[in-house]
Amino acid sequence: MDVSQRIVLHFPPRITNQSIVCRLAKDFDLSFNILKASVTPGEEGLMVMELSGDQRNYDKGIQYLTEVGVKIQSLSQDVVRNEARCTHCGACVNLCPSGAFSIDPETRNVLFDHNKCVGCGLCVKACPPRAMELYF
Amino acid sequence: MAKTIAEINQKIKQGKAVVVTAEEVIDIAREKGVSKAAEEIDVVTTGTFSPMCSSGLFLNIGHSTPRIKFGGGKVYLNDVPAYTGLAAMDIFLGATALPDDDPRNKIYPGEFRYGGGHIIEELAAGKDIRLEAIAYGTDCYPRRKLETWININDINNAILFNIRNAYQNYEVGVNLSDRMIYTYMGVLKPELGNANYCTSGQLSPLLNDPYYKAIGIGTKIFLGGGVGYVAWHGTQHNPDVPRGDNGVPKEPAGALAVIGDLKQMNPEWLVGTSMLGYGCTLTVGIGIPIPVLSEEILRYTTVTDAEIFAPIIDYSEAYPKMKAGNLGEVSYAELKSGHIKIQRKDVPTASLSSYYKAQEIANILKGWIEKGEFLLTEPAAPLPGAESGITIKPLKERPVME
Repeated sequence: MDVSQRIVLHFPPRITNQSIVCRLAKDFDLSFNILKASVTPGEEGLMVMELSGDQRNYDKGIQYLTEVGVKIQSLSQDVVRNEARCTHCGACVNLCPSGAFSIDPETRNVLFDHNKCVGCGLCVKACPPRAMELYF
Repeated sequence: MAKTIAEINQKIKQGKAVVVTAEEVIDIAREKGVSKAAEEIDVVTTGTFSPMCSSGLFLNIGHSTPRIKFGGGKVYLNDVPAYTGLAAMDIFLGATALPDDDPRNKIYPGEFRYGGGHIIEELAAGKDIRLEAIAYGTDCYPRRKLETWININDINNAILFNIRNAYQNYEVGVNLSDRMIYTYMGVLKPELGNANYCTSGQLSPLLNDPYYKAIGIGTKIFLGGGVGYVAWHGTQHNPDVPRGDNGVPKEPAGALAVIGDLKQMNPEWLVGTSMLGYGCTLTVGIGIPIPVLSEEILRYTTVTDAEIFAPIIDYSEAYPKMKAGNLGEVSYAELKSGHIKIQRKDVPTASLSSYYKAQEIANILKGWIEKGEFLLTEPAAPLPGAESGITIKPLKERPVME
């Protein structure tokens, strides 16, 4: 069975000079699409990617990353809408490059689809009441 | 069938008034016809929830011991400067005021995380605010420095006084240039990458009363979750603009100055707002009841999004350079569909005004009136119409010779 997940990888400074991500393809036959990366040797690195492949290989790949010291989180845990601040104006709807926001045509409520979010952060500063929060 | 406000108020007190929102009235009139609907309905409620920059707050915090005179001195609220050119203890805080050390657009686009609008929201929420004042000292007001926490529950007055709110229609902002621009109409992507609009259309107060036959000076309204009043016509009120057959202006026209006691308002309806690269402001919730005094007044409230048109304006060139002309007109029905056509290009739309919250406001106001908690007021004077000769003029600059 195939899976595809959007995940956030945090690389501790001591391993940012090792080649890790390429082994996901070589050793575990997984494919990845890097959505965002900021990795500088000697500093903590960050990578947001969509990782896909066979479920068993996926689990092994994740286990490998964990063993080498990479901290992994699901992207949806890192991009959060502060429901108390969102006014449902909809300013985000046509800005989001991946179409993660939409308007319910009936209620005119602004909907946020985590699965479409690529974590670019464009909405964070453009949201007038600043309801979008990014934690990486 | 003509009703008076006194008659409608009688029905409100008895709990018998028929109140519908400006959205509900559309289907009712379609079903029953305008004259039957006008007979049955007593009040139509409207709503809008949008960033409104010309908003601000008058504060009187009570005299300190010994006394200090703010007038002519300097006052900061959470580092945001307030205006002091009034009597000893009165100050004014504008929604767009920024801390002196805010980098503004020096780091472009500026984030404008915190300003006057945010303080108004926090005061309404009952949060403590730090006040710092420096004064020059007089015989009767000797004190020169004051640093204290203030809270809305302890101070004498907190009066929201917004000199231009609830615009009757607004422009649709687009960007024809080849770079991203940051405007009060939001972030506009290059080469017609998006189009932003900013009224609640068929729910918007003045779009339901295009000739100001129901809303006037003294009209009691929903303001920021509490009760307020229309104080005057708004600055730049411009009634003499092209209008459709239904009377609805085809460009920004009328506006309202509104006033109310912040102490009974709610931060849910007064939200501190940051426009990237532009500045801080306040998103204000306003709901206005329209008494159905005649069939004509009811007919105006049946206006639909398909019958309200807004001009499309280029904010990269035409707007900043005051160039006349637009890129066409679109209806709010088209804008709300999510896409419009401009110069044969399919452009995604977004709103800065929350229709969802506007619906909520119209429904809250409807509930207040149905429960007999909110009576209507007779306007003390009408808002100026086209016959008043009021227009807005551009500035005529005159060189200053040394």
